[in-house]
Amino acid sequence: MEITAKAFKYGDDINTDYIISGKYKFKSTDMEAMAVHAMEELDPEYFNKVKPNGGFLVAGTNFGMGSSREQAPLVLIHSNTKAVLAMTFARIFYRNAINTGLPVVECDTDLIGDGDELVLDLTGGVLRNVTQGIDIAIKPLPPVMAQLLADGGLVEHFKKHGGFAL
Amino acid sequence: MRVTPELRPSSASFLREQRSVIPLPGKTIAEKIFSAHSGTDAHAGDIVVADVDFVMGQDGTSPLAIRALERMGVEKVFDPAKVALVMDHSSPSPIEGVSALHTIMREFGKKTGAKIYDVGCGVCHQLIPEAGHVVPGDLMVGCDSHTCTYGAVNVFSTGVGSTDGAAAMASGKLWFKVPDSMKVTYEGALQPGVFSKDLILYLAGQIGADGATYEAIEFHGAVIDELSVDARMTISNMAIEVGAKAGLMKADAKTLAWYAGRGERVPAPVDPDADAVYAKSLTFDATAIGPQIAKPHAVDNVSPIEEVVGTPIAQGYLGTCTNGRLEDLKIAADILRGKKVHADVRFIVAAASKQIFLDAMEAGYIRDLVEAGAIIVTPGCGPCVGTHNGVPSDGENVISTANRNFKGRMGNSNAFVYLGSPATVAASVIEGKITDPRKYFG
Repeated sequence: MEITAKAFKYGDDINTDYIISGKYKFKSTDMEAMAVHAMEELDPEYFNKVKPNGGFLVAGTNFGMGSSREQAPLVLIHSNTKAVLAMTFARIFYRNAINTGLPVVECDTDLIGDGDELVLDLTGGVLRNVTQGIDIAIKPLPPVMAQLLADGGLVEHFKKHGGFAL
Repeated sequence: MRVTPELRPSSASFLREQRSVIPLPGKTIAEKIFSAHSGTDAHAGDIVVADVDFVMGQDGTSPLAIRALERMGVEKVFDPAKVALVMDHSSPSPIEGVSALHTIMREFGKKTGAKIYDVGCGVCHQLIPEAGHVVPGDLMVGCDSHTCTYGAVNVFSTGVGSTDGAAAMASGKLWFKVPDSMKVTYEGALQPGVFSKDLILYLAGQIGADGATYEAIEFHGAVIDELSVDARMTISNMAIEVGAKAGLMKADAKTLAWYAGRGERVPAPVDPDADAVYAKSLTFDATAIGPQIAKPHAVDNVSPIEEVVGTPIAQGYLGTCTNGRLEDLKIAADILRGKKVHADVRFIVAAASKQIFLDAMEAGYIRDLVEAGAIIVTPGCGPCVGTHNGVPSDGENVISTANRNFKGRMGNSNAFVYLGSPATVAASVIEGKITDPRKYFG
């Protein structure tokens, strides 16, 4: 499946407090309502920019550092973020993203500029930067995570197998 | 700092290739705990499905875990004695939304028999070891990134998201990548006025926020041996701030003494082998480390206190899963006894648990702090995560014993949070500016 959308580019060490602040996350489990605050600390306009046509959140190293809040990938999904592309990810966020169905892609994001038009083919393992006319190599998911994604996430994996079958 | 270069390429594949050729090296604490809990000969890089000894969630994460369990069609937890939900992050509830989340947790406890720590009990990362739910040699997961705290008592404990937590609550198992380990050794001795918080802030400054990502840190050295269990927890608590999956220490006589009277589970301490292989080894001379401050808005934005002495502050905060333990309250009470908090400063104090609160009252520390001008709030996390009990105003500086100082962390994006030890916070609230605490230590 190919996803086409614009890149919205930010920096290194983006923590989960910036993705969704603690002051919002403890108020409810309504992710639609919470999503309007996604990335607010870094870019108060993030939701308004991404929601209408979707977008790729592009970052540098250590994306998703900090807390274990699963609200972080969930508000990105509900803000119409199609995938997060970063040089590297923090460990807990990476697992949470796979578990909740937000595609996370490790690649050389120096090859992507803010506003670039990108086409991501997750099954084919190709990221095309249409604006710059280049293909960017993406690091394949670890096999155990690819298997979880193929089952539709951890909840679906559990429903299908009645427990872990890895 | 001395750095030993990486001893091996990608550990697991390398070891598999070498297994038939050379004898295997020894194991780290992490490799031993994962071997014992997965029934495999686990080495760094291996993927294992392991049995967990305990699963915890807090009020910001448990409701999503409960929803995930519902979606899985799971009605029970694998063992009600091994699951606990703690209301600490926004507790007692400041708004109706949180009240509803707390109700979801209470109803889950009634339905499944999982242990509920209701409002006022304290911070999850104090309650879980304090109650003896985990003991040395255990493997546990918690839906909170600071679950790494119990590495200080030789538990491989790590933070996971709500869906992983739900899977563990349902099955008593979770999949893990056995981490490489980084060995961090503190040699020498702590100088008066310098504490374990300064050691871990120093490490964050040295290796950065992703310096140990995907790795388990093992803390060693004469300085660690000398620390109390309270002080060790401060260090393991902040292992996540350098990206680590765990912050492990050996269990010694102090650890075992600390467990006396804390439940019926029998500790099974795990030491690393002498020939264990580490991805990296760092050695620091603690004698040369003074008080450290993490400046806004990053935990690895660390400098010696001398660089920020004199910075005006409007609020001080003593508490959290990092520094809300009895020893922390004692350090602050000893400095503040008979003195006054500066007129322009609000000094907020939260014990990490009800038991610590009671012990601190018994010892007179609470009286000392309140007489000096401290405001005592319910044992819990509130101010640290910006949910209530002390949100700073625009432009204000805060000096805090917490573990994070991200922009907006305490509930206001226009405030500035500095992190330091309990001694640094106590010294600073007296003068209304960041103050080197060593003046109170001869």
